[in-house]
Amino acid sequence: MASLEVDLVATDGKVWTGTARQLIAPAGDGEIGILAGHTPVLTILREGEIRVYPEGGGPVERWHVEGGFLSFDDNRATIVVDAVSRTASASSAH
Amino acid sequence: MAGLQRVYKQRIKSTQALKKMFRAQELIAASRIGRARDRVAKAAPYSRAITRAVSAVATHSNVTHPFLVERTDTKRVAVLVIASDRGMAGAYSASVIRETERLVERLEREGKQVALYVSGRRAVSFYTFRGRDIEGSWSGHSDAPSTEVAGEIAEAILDAYRAPADEGGVAEVHVVYTQFVNMVTQRPRVIRLLPLEIVEGVAPADDAETLPLYEFEPEPAVVLDALLPRYVRSRIYASLLQAAASELAARQRAMHTATENAEDLIRMYTRLANQARQGEITQEISEIVSGADALAS
Repeated sequence: MASLEVDLVATDGKVWTGTARQLIAPAGDGEIGILAGHTPVLTILREGEIRVYPEGGGPVERWHVEGGFLSFDDNRATIVVDAVSRTASASSAH
Repeated sequence: MAGLQRVYKQRIKSTQALKKMFRAQELIAASRIGRARDRVAKAAPYSRAITRAVSAVATHSNVTHPFLVERTDTKRVAVLVIASDRGMAGAYSASVIRETERLVERLEREGKQVALYVSGRRAVSFYTFRGRDIEGSWSGHSDAPSTEVAGEIAEAILDAYRAPADEGGVAEVHVVYTQFVNMVTQRPRVIRLLPLEIVEGVAPADDAETLPLYEFEPEPAVVLDALLPRYVRSRIYASLLQAAASELAARQRAMHTATENAEDLIRMYTRLANQARQGEITQEISEIVSGADALAS
């Protein structure tokens, strides 16, 4: 299955980087879900939760962010956030 | 003669005390510089990502945004100076201030009116001592700047940039800081932050890489609205971090030289003190000998 590269970047450094099969982020007008092969998109994020489903299963990575933006092209997602904190990674329900 | 010896001994002692202080400062700066360079490196991915995104919006959409076009309604321009809080860093602050003065002079020749924003106690005292007006000042963070301070500075500057002409709005924003090239070279640099010149990014513009045709959500103008303040903040933060690394490198070098000079002085005074001691002994001997001679004859 195709996968996407995800970089989560905060002002003072990289927070997380890895491959994922799906990414869900709180875009300006509703949550945006990104799978591999999505069209290039540049969207602002509002406060909310980012969920990254790592490739090959494993627990879902969750972060609470306070706004930022997301750019996706060529199966590479860069999430740039102002402030980020990891929310308790609940057991992967998906 | 005995008095002279005592004077030299005293000088040796005080120079030794100074040397200890210089040495300590040198070691402190040396231990902090690694962390400062680390922070510079860590902030790079963020500013790279944001520069890329801003360029993407600006090149692939036809929005005219106040941050991108020249303002013509006011002659006021803002200059942000980033210097250090403490001295003992050689010519570090002096060269930033000199660069600023040169820029201010050039801007004033062009008929512009300069509003100063100052970061770092040394620069603040330089301008207050000369009775110059300062629009905003920040200090107490120069060797370890935080994102909060960068945010505050960016906020103040953006406010001025957004303000209408009759409420102290500014048409341009320039930043003077010291670029950290390597441990021996730090260069004062002037950049124009606003209105944006997208091409000169934090990351060198890569010609081979073409930016993809993005879909903007909700729409380009709104995305740009959200991006540009972040871009400005990240540029200011990057400048503060560069300046902090430069300050520490300059301090380490200055203190190293100072320690060596103190050692030279100590050596010189030790020789002088020895000479004085020998001179004293010679004199005493000749006094005794001539006294004995006088009794014998």
